[in-house]
Amino acid sequence: MKTEKVLLQGNEAVVEGALLAGVRFFAGYPITPSSEIAEGFSRRLPLVGGKFIQMEDELGAMAATIGGSLAGLKSITATSGPGFSLKQENLGFGIMIEAPCVVVNVSRTGPSTGLPTSPSQGDIMQTRWGTHGDHPAVVLAPSTVSNTVDLTIKAFNFSEMLRTPVILMLDEVVGHMRENVLLPAADAIEIIDRKRPDGNKANFKPYEVKGHDHVPPMPDYGQGYHYHTTGLYHDETGFPRGKSEDAEKLMLRLMHKVDYYRDEITLVEKKYLSDAKIAVLAYGSVARSAESAVEMARNNGIKVGFMQIKTVWPFPEKEVAELAQKVDKIIVPELNYGQYVREVTRAAGGMAEVIPLNRFAGQLISPATIKEMIEEED
Amino acid sequence: MANPDINKYYRRNKLPHIWCPGCGHGIITGAIVRAIDQAGLDQDKTVVISGIGCSGRAPGYLKFDTLHTTHGRALAFATGVKMANPELNLIVITGDGDGAAIGGNHLIHACRRNINITTVMYNNSIYGMTSGQFSPTTPTGSLATTAPYGNIDTQFDVSNLAMAAGATYVGRSTSYHVRELIDLITNGIKHQGFSFIEAVTHCHTQFGRKNDLGGPMEMMEWQKENYIPVKAWAKLSAAEKEVKKTRGLLKEEEREEYTDKYLALIKQVQAGEEKNG
Ligand SMILES: Cc1ncc(C[n+]2csc(CCOP(=O)(O)OP(=O)(O)O)c2C)c(N)n1
Ligand code: SF4
Repeated sequence: MKTEKVLLQGNEAVVEGALLAGVRFFAGYPITPSSEIAEGFSRRLPLVGGKFIQMEDELGAMAATIGGSLAGLKSITATSGPGFSLKQENLGFGIMIEAPCVVVNVSRTGPSTGLPTSPSQGDIMQTRWGTHGDHPAVVLAPSTVSNTVDLTIKAFNFSEMLRTPVILMLDEVVGHMRENVLLPAADAIEIIDRKRPDGNKANFKPYEVKGHDHVPPMPDYGQGYHYHTTGLYHDETGFPRGKSEDAEKLMLRLMHKVDYYRDEITLVEKKYLSDAKIAVLAYGSVARSAESAVEMARNNGIKVGFMQIKTVWPFPEKEVAELAQKVDKIIVPELNYGQYVREVTRAAGGMAEVIPLNRFAGQLISPATIKEMIEEED
Repeated sequence: MANPDINKYYRRNKLPHIWCPGCGHGIITGAIVRAIDQAGLDQDKTVVISGIGCSGRAPGYLKFDTLHTTHGRALAFATGVKMANPELNLIVITGDGDGAAIGGNHLIHACRRNINITTVMYNNSIYGMTSGQFSPTTPTGSLATTAPYGNIDTQFDVSNLAMAAGATYVGRSTSYHVRELIDLITNGIKHQGFSFIEAVTHCHTQFGRKNDLGGPMEMMEWQKENYIPVKAWAKLSAAEKEVKKTRGLLKEEEREEYTDKYLALIKQVQAGEEKNG
């Protein structure tokens, strides 16, 4: 098989990436600006023997996606801000019972119905904290269409490896932008599948961990393991006992499995940093404007570097701290009132000045705007 | 009825259950297990899914692949499982709050799709687990912890809802008429399409106590008097029909099942793809 050059929209790139990763089930509910993802899956999945279902709402879509995963299929759902809010209870359930799946949030300007067709990164904290209770979050944010193909495949791989839902956060710009992309050949990409148990069904404990990675193997429904799953805190047998010691053990394991794989799942891109005194740190579509701005400023002789955060959660503490050690100032452009910048400030720990640059009313941040700020701070 | 070996369907090490002594939920759960046996389901290929409530705890006692989900969403989870692997037999256990209030939307659409899932609603006319707030099936005028002056809401007939929404098999019986209940669930399981069985039961701890209805015995006596076989009910006076309710098979109809339709669609589009090659 060969690589293939195609003209794709970001939302279509999610479909292509997911198919390359082996997705076989989609459950969703239409919402702008994510609907092309549902439309794409409705057309493509039956062709490969996969299944598509349009559910009655996003709560049901999240539930059905987890159901598909428990039955053994790689499963995905897609939505935008208002729908993501509705998915949250069942997203937390998916994290608690450790159901691998991918949740796409093509974010738009909120709160409420907001500006349905305008881009936003106002959901960046919602993707981190959106469900009640403590929980780990793994969230990837692509900046271009080809980046979307790549990160969709990675989202599936990470979710299977960690046995947890992974969120893919696009924004309206990435979702609707069209670009030429080179689709990788199916046999040239690494695909990770969830660990399944070894077939020993007597006294099977669904949440017993054997390896070092804190991730228990997961059977498919119908394989004869007769196991129980609940959103209540449970012990290794899967049953609740209502005990703090079980809750503590499980919560620590949920956190530790993400910590264990942290280096592998942390995707950060650095450019022009060797001589930089200023850095621009960005994620999602803004990273693209930021990169152009940095290049324009460098052409004018300014020593400025660039960092794109692709794995926005878990927060790349180490990478940001290193950056702060290296440069004097970090500019953080974001399509919101200032959310991620707080994390950057925290991780920078006073080693660099952190400067926010925000648009929160549906506008973009152009390279020129970022360049101006770089010039002001130089 | 032969006495089947139902022990193999229970996780006996999880007993005794958490339900109040005398609760009807154990009777309904026993009826489900006997129906699974009568219908001859493969234990390895059967998945039991519930929402949240006293009723939601039932799957924990049953030896299948079992899933205790979020409040009201069991049918949506089951829909995903069934779509992903149509060879699995799906049993959904829900309560009147779980299935008719918070999960009502999923119930309507599961009926409409006619997806092959057997749903048993443990209808005890109250929110049991959260200590006696009124539910959509609480009779008008009854007392509940959130209806201290009497419930002004109109009582929901959930079987009627299921029929209207397109369920192709609907039956209703009670924790008193348990043999009938077992048969209804058995036939619901065998039915190709969405089946809904309303299992009327008693919650003496919350609903009974609040409304002075006596203990489990008295409440079951009440079921015996007030749930009438469909044919006999039709002959009652208009005034009696206001009070008494039907039991038995309420609807049975053939309509193409949802996952069958989807599998046919896969075949069709794949054949079209080959032709266009
Ligand atoms: C989203 C959400 N809302 C509310 C609750 C609280 N809650 C738990 S069980 C329940 C009612 C259950 O009543 P029913 O379905 O009739 O079942 P029963 O306990 O009577 O068997 C409620 C409101 C919850 N767990 N989750
Ligand atoms: S509260 Fe009611 S429904 Fe719940 S276990 Fe007790 S009797 Fe049964």
